[in-house]
Amino acid sequence: MPAYLFRRILEAALILLGVSLVTYILLFLLPADPVRQIAGRSATAETVESIRRQLGLDLPFYEQYWRYLTSLLQGDLGRSYIQRSEVAELIAARLPASLLLMVAAICAELAMGLTMGIVSAVRRNSSTDQSLMVLSFVGVSAPQFVVGILLLYVFAYQLGWFPISGYGTFGHLVLPAMTLGFMGAGWYSRMMRSSMLNVLGQDFIRTARAKGLGKARILLRHTVPNALLPIIAMIGIDIGIFMSGIVVVESVFGWPGIGQLAWQAIQRVDIPIIMGVTLVAACAIVIGNLLADIVALFVDPRIKLK
Amino acid sequence: MNQQGASQGPVLDVRNLTTRVATAEGAKTIIDDISFQLRLGETLCVAGESGSGKSVTSLSIMGLLPSSAKVTSGEIRLDGRDLLKLSDRQMQEVRGGDVAMIFQEPMTSLNPVMTVGAQLTEAITAHHDLRGAAARAKALEALDAVRMSESKRRLLQYPHELSGGMRQRVMIAMALSGNPKVLIADEPTTALDVTIQAQILALMNDLKKDFGTAVMLITHDMGVVAEMADRVVVMNGGRIVESQAVRDLFATPKEAYTQELLAAVPQLGSTRGQKPEVKSDVPGQPAIVEIRDLTVRFDIHGGLLQRPVKRVHAVEKVSLDLFPGETLALVGESGCGKSTIGKSLANLIPWSGSIRIAGQEIAGLSSDRMQAVRRNIQLVFQDPYAALNPRMTVGELVGEPLVIHRLAQGSELTDRVAELFRRVGLDPVMMDRHPHEFSGGQRQRICIARALSLGPKVIVADESVSALDVSVQAQVLDLLGELQAELGLSYLFISHDMAVVEQISHRVAVMFLGQIVETGPRDQVFENPLHPYTRRLMDAVPIADPKRLRRDRVLPTGEIPSPIQALDYVPVIEPLIDFGSAHYATARHEVSG
Repeated sequence: MPAYLFRRILEAALILLGVSLVTYILLFLLPADPVRQIAGRSATAETVESIRRQLGLDLPFYEQYWRYLTSLLQGDLGRSYIQRSEVAELIAARLPASLLLMVAAICAELAMGLTMGIVSAVRRNSSTDQSLMVLSFVGVSAPQFVVGILLLYVFAYQLGWFPISGYGTFGHLVLPAMTLGFMGAGWYSRMMRSSMLNVLGQDFIRTARAKGLGKARILLRHTVPNALLPIIAMIGIDIGIFMSGIVVVESVFGWPGIGQLAWQAIQRVDIPIIMGVTLVAACAIVIGNLLADIVALFVDPRIKLK
Repeated sequence: MNQQGASQGPVLDVRNLTTRVATAEGAKTIIDDISFQLRLGETLCVAGESGSGKSVTSLSIMGLLPSSAKVTSGEIRLDGRDLLKLSDRQMQEVRGGDVAMIFQEPMTSLNPVMTVGAQLTEAITAHHDLRGAAARAKALEALDAVRMSESKRRLLQYPHELSGGMRQRVMIAMALSGNPKVLIADEPTTALDVTIQAQILALMNDLKKDFGTAVMLITHDMGVVAEMADRVVVMNGGRIVESQAVRDLFATPKEAYTQELLAAVPQLGSTRGQKPEVKSDVPGQPAIVEIRDLTVRFDIHGGLLQRPVKRVHAVEKVSLDLFPGETLALVGESGCGKSTIGKSLANLIPWSGSIRIAGQEIAGLSSDRMQAVRRNIQLVFQDPYAALNPRMTVGELVGEPLVIHRLAQGSELTDRVAELFRRVGLDPVMMDRHPHEFSGGQRQRICIARALSLGPKVIVADESVSALDVSVQAQVLDLLGELQAELGLSYLFISHDMAVVEQISHRVAVMFLGQIVETGPRDQVFENPLHPYTRRLMDAVPIADPKRLRRDRVLPTGEIPSPIQALDYVPVIEPLIDFGSAHYATARHEVSG
C-alpha cells in the first residue's frame, strides 16, 4: 500500500506538471493582453511597458514559465494582477465553499442517480422504467444554467422554499447542489440501470435464488454491490466534470467558491489566478481518482494493487 | 436402493409438464408434456444434447425460469405437494430447502465480492434457525462434508482465490446445507478437468449415500451417465425419448435416437489392437513442423515499478515433430501449456527456441516474411460462437484470409469461397448469411473453411470439437478425417478429451506442467501408458459402460498443480527416455498434487 501510494503520488506530480505547462502555453497564446487590463485604457505606452517589465511579461515564454514553476515549487502561487493579494490566500478563502458544494452535489447525484437506476432495472421495461429514463435523458441533455435558473424560479421565486442566492445555511446549499448533481444523476441512472441488468443476468444471482434467498436480500446483498463496482471509477472522473460545472453554477447562485473566482479572473486575464485555480482543479481530479481507486480496492476483492 | 425407493413412492413426481417460451415469432414449446419420477436415494440422469430441454426441466422444477418462459401445464409434485401451486414465498422456502441445485459454471456461480463463508452462511440462515457463530460452525461443517482442504481458511477466502473444482465443492456444500430431499445437478462437472470431474462425481455419490438425497443429474456426457445413474431419461427436442434403468438403456436402447446418441459417443479403447496409419504419398518425408526446445514463459508484474514478481512456466523445452498427413494430439489438463504451443506455432505470443515450418525457421522472422509462413499454418479454435465476427457475413469471413493475403478478389474470390463451402459440406447459397443464423456445428465448419482458404499444410485445432454435441462432434471429426485424406493436411490436435484423441490421432503427446511426459504412437500410448500421469488421465475418463464396476480405480486427490513459480525457479527438465517403437516417456516420477 505505501509503495502504491508513492507511485500514484509520483504520477500525480507528473500530471500536474503537464497541466501547468499546457495551461501556461494556452494563456501565453491568448490574444488578450493582461497588461492592458491592469493599466486601463488611458495608460501611456511607458506605463504599460513598465508594468510589463515589473510582472516579467516581457521575458520569453520559457523564462516566464521557468520563473512560475520555480516559485510554484516553493509553494508560491503568485500574486493576482488585479486583486493585489496572494493567489493562495484567495483560493484558500474560497475553497471550502466549493468543496462543500461538490460533496453535496456528489451526494445528490448518487442519491438520485443510483435510486433511479436500481428502480428502473428492477421494474425493467415498465412505464416507471420508461419515465425514469426520459427524466435521466433530460438530466444528461439540459444545460446547467437552464436547470439552475428553472430550479431558482420554481423553488426559490415561486414557492419560496429556498433562498435565491448566497452562502451559509443548508437551505442555500440545496438548489446549487441539485443543479450540479442533476446531470450526473442522469448519467448514473443510465449506467446503474445497465450495470444492474448485467449483474441480474449473472449466474451467481441464479445461485442466490436457488439458495432460497428473499428478493430484498438478493437485490441489496448480491446485485447492488456488484453493480456499483463499475460506477465507483466514474465518481473519480466526475470530479473533473464538476470542476467545470461549478464555474457556471456558482455564478448562477452567487456561491462564493473558486468557480466564481476563476470566472472573474478569466474575464480580466488575471493569469496567476487562472493558473492557480486550474492547478487546484487538477489536484482535485487526481485526488478524486486516487480515492475512487482505493475505494474500489476495498469493495472488490479481485483487484490487487499494481 | 432402487427397490427400497420404489416402496416409498417417488419424492419428486413430474407429470405432463409443458414449458413454453415467448419468442419474437410467438410462443414456442420447449418442454412438451414430459413425465418422470425420482425416488429417494436414487440418481436419475437426464441425458440429451443441447436444445433438448434438459436444463429448462430443472429450472421449471426450481421455479427459476427466466421471465420469458412459463410452465403452461402439468404438475411438479414434491412429496405430494404441487410446487406449481405454491406462492412465491412458499417456493422460496422450497428452493435451497427441500430442493437444491448446483450449476455448470463454478467460475461464475458464486458472488465475486462475498467470501465463501458469507455465501454459505447465508444459505444456512435462510433455511435454519441458526445465527452468528452457530451458522458459521454449520458452514464449516458443510465444507468439511464436501472434503474441502483447509476448510477454515476457505471460509474467509473469495471465490476467485479458489480453483474450479474447489468452487464446485463450495456449490455442493451450499446445496447440501439445507438437507435437501432432491438435489438437481445441471452439468456439474462439464467445465472441470477430467481428474477433477472424477473427484466431484465420486463425492456426489458418497454424499448421496450419506444424506439419502435423491439426485437428478443433468448431463450431455454418456460416460457420466454410465458412471452415476440408476435410471436414465433421454430427452430430445423437449420430449422424453425413452426412460430406462441404466444397464438396460446401454444394453438395449429402444429408440433410434438413443441408439444414434450412444453410437456417436467416443469410447476409450475403441481402437484397441489397431495400428494408426498415416496416408502419405511419399513415406519418410521430412517433418512439416519441427519444434525444438520451445519455451514460453510469462512474467507476472507487480510492486512499485511493475517489476516481474512471479513467472508462469507455460512451456518448458518442448520438442515435437509433426509429419505430413499426420494427426498429432497434444493432451493434458488446464494450464499444462498445450494451447500455448498452438499459439506459438502461429507466432501469436512471444516464445523462444526453434520452430521450423516446412523447413523455414520462424524465430526472428520479420512480419512480412511471417505473413507468407502463416499461409502454411492455420488455426481452428474451440468456441465457434466467439471465433466469428457477428457483423460479417460468413462468405466474407471465409474469404477474408484470401483478401488479406491478396490472393483473390471479385468473382474469383466468390468462386473460391463457394468451393470452400462445398468442401466443408455447406451450401454456398448460405454465403450471404450472418453467423448467428448457423448452428454450432455449422459454425465450426465455417471456421474450418476459413482455415482452409489459404491452402495450409498444417491446421492447429485447439479443442475444436469440445464445445459441440456428440453427434455433431462425430460429424466434424469425420470432416477433419476426410480433409486430411483429400488434402494431406497435418493436424496438431489439442484436446483434453482422451476418447476423442484416441479416435482421431496417429501420435499422442501428453503434457503436464509445460513439459511432455509421454509421447508415442496412439496404440502404444493408449494400450501401454508408461507415465503415471497418462494413466491417471485415462483412468479419470468416465466410461460409457454401466456394466463396468464403478469406482474400481484409485481416484486422484488434490488439485492440478500450478505452473506459476517464483522468479528464481529453475525448471527441472525431465529427459524423455526411449522405450522403443517411437514411444518415449520421462522417468516415472509419481506426479505430485
